[in-house]
Amino acid sequence: MNGAHDMGGMHGFGPVEDEPVVPIFHGDWEKKAFALTLACGGLGQWSIDEARYARERQPPAQYLDNTYYEQWLHGVETMLVEKGLITPEELESGKAAGPGRVAALPADRVFKALQQGSPYLREVANAPRFAVGDTVRVLNFHPTGHTRAPRYLRGHVGTVVMHHGAHVFADTSATGDHDTAHHLYNVSFAADELWGPQNQGGSVHADLWEPYLEPV
Amino acid sequence: MSGHDHDHHHHDHGHDHDHEHPRLSDLQLRVKALESLLVEKGLVDPAALDVFVDTYETKVGPRNGAQVVAKAWTDPEFKKRLMEDPSTTIKSFGFEGRQGEHMVVVENTDSVHNLVVCTLCSCYPWPVLGLPPVWYKSAPYRSRAVNDPRGVLADFGTTLPDDVEIRVWDSTAEMRYLVLPQRPDGTEGLSEAELADLVTRNSMIGVETVAYPPRQEAAE
Repeated sequence: MNGAHDMGGMHGFGPVEDEPVVPIFHGDWEKKAFALTLACGGLGQWSIDEARYARERQPPAQYLDNTYYEQWLHGVETMLVEKGLITPEELESGKAAGPGRVAALPADRVFKALQQGSPYLREVANAPRFAVGDTVRVLNFHPTGHTRAPRYLRGHVGTVVMHHGAHVFADTSATGDHDTAHHLYNVSFAADELWGPQNQGGSVHADLWEPYLEPV
Repeated sequence: MSGHDHDHHHHDHGHDHDHEHPRLSDLQLRVKALESLLVEKGLVDPAALDVFVDTYETKVGPRNGAQVVAKAWTDPEFKKRLMEDPSTTIKSFGFEGRQGEHMVVVENTDSVHNLVVCTLCSCYPWPVLGLPPVWYKSAPYRSRAVNDPRGVLADFGTTLPDDVEIRVWDSTAEMRYLVLPQRPDGTEGLSEAELADLVTRNSMIGVETVAYPPRQEAAE
């Protein structure tokens, strides 16, 4: 979707301000928002793409006004309700109407779960449509659902520089289909192609799934 | 120029901004209510929350990535494996898992400088760098890194020669990118551990180079 999260190339946000490595969190509420998001993700009821889509669906003005962990808090509340793990009434009142339908991820399994992660690489039957060195164009498309093809790349021509194998497709994963996978490529775009010849040169690389691309 | 007028609530280090107190206390209450609801329903183990926080506050952070970089600087055979099979090679340190399942290492040279961003959210290689800093997740960085990388580098005090090609890596899928910075001149006599101490988080994202002797802020 063409949401406020798709920020590449926007103007007007001001300079980037560096910060030291510590503290990692700014306030206890950030620690809780972070840990609750990971703990609920550990219930295995949704994919990372569904969680991202929940954050992206906020009204653009709200998204831009939020601090980062407010996006996460909104996302986890949304997923918990949409997956039927809590009711809107429970979220509103903070009081449980009954026990949850799945069991919590216990503390002694957290580190192992983090170490395992969620690998996205899959086997697919079809051969890759593109090879390293091929020239490709990103489709001029505007899906209203989740996509990982940023607006600033759509319609632009680049060169395939890596084939990563087939990965779970974010666009369908965000709808609850966690199996569909497509070949994933790293595509290099000349900065001039994206931003015009007055730009500073160089290139932008992005990882793009096969359905986003057409041959040139 | 100060950016504090537009992003002060990203940096609440205990300053008193009267107008944001209601929002902060609302958030504190909202998080607390959610936590107690989820614990009551048996959906969250409260002890697990502490493990998540402790892991990224004390165990997993940019010192991990610095070890990988220092070894690549001192061991050509290791560096070859790191570039060819980064996920497996990084895993040999025990750095693996969430947000680092599929790794790519991009090497800075005299002619190419790499910069990593996630314009769509905040994708970042957790096992080697820990959790991303606020600025990495912020609108100024996510918007400008792809179309004004030299301007972003300048925000960090980094200036590169005009003939250096800047490659920006937008983390749009589940591949995670680690920059292998250039080893600074004059470090020939340093041990691997001493070299690792020079490697900053920012140099592994690509917003600065590694300096020797270290810049003041890198010594923190």
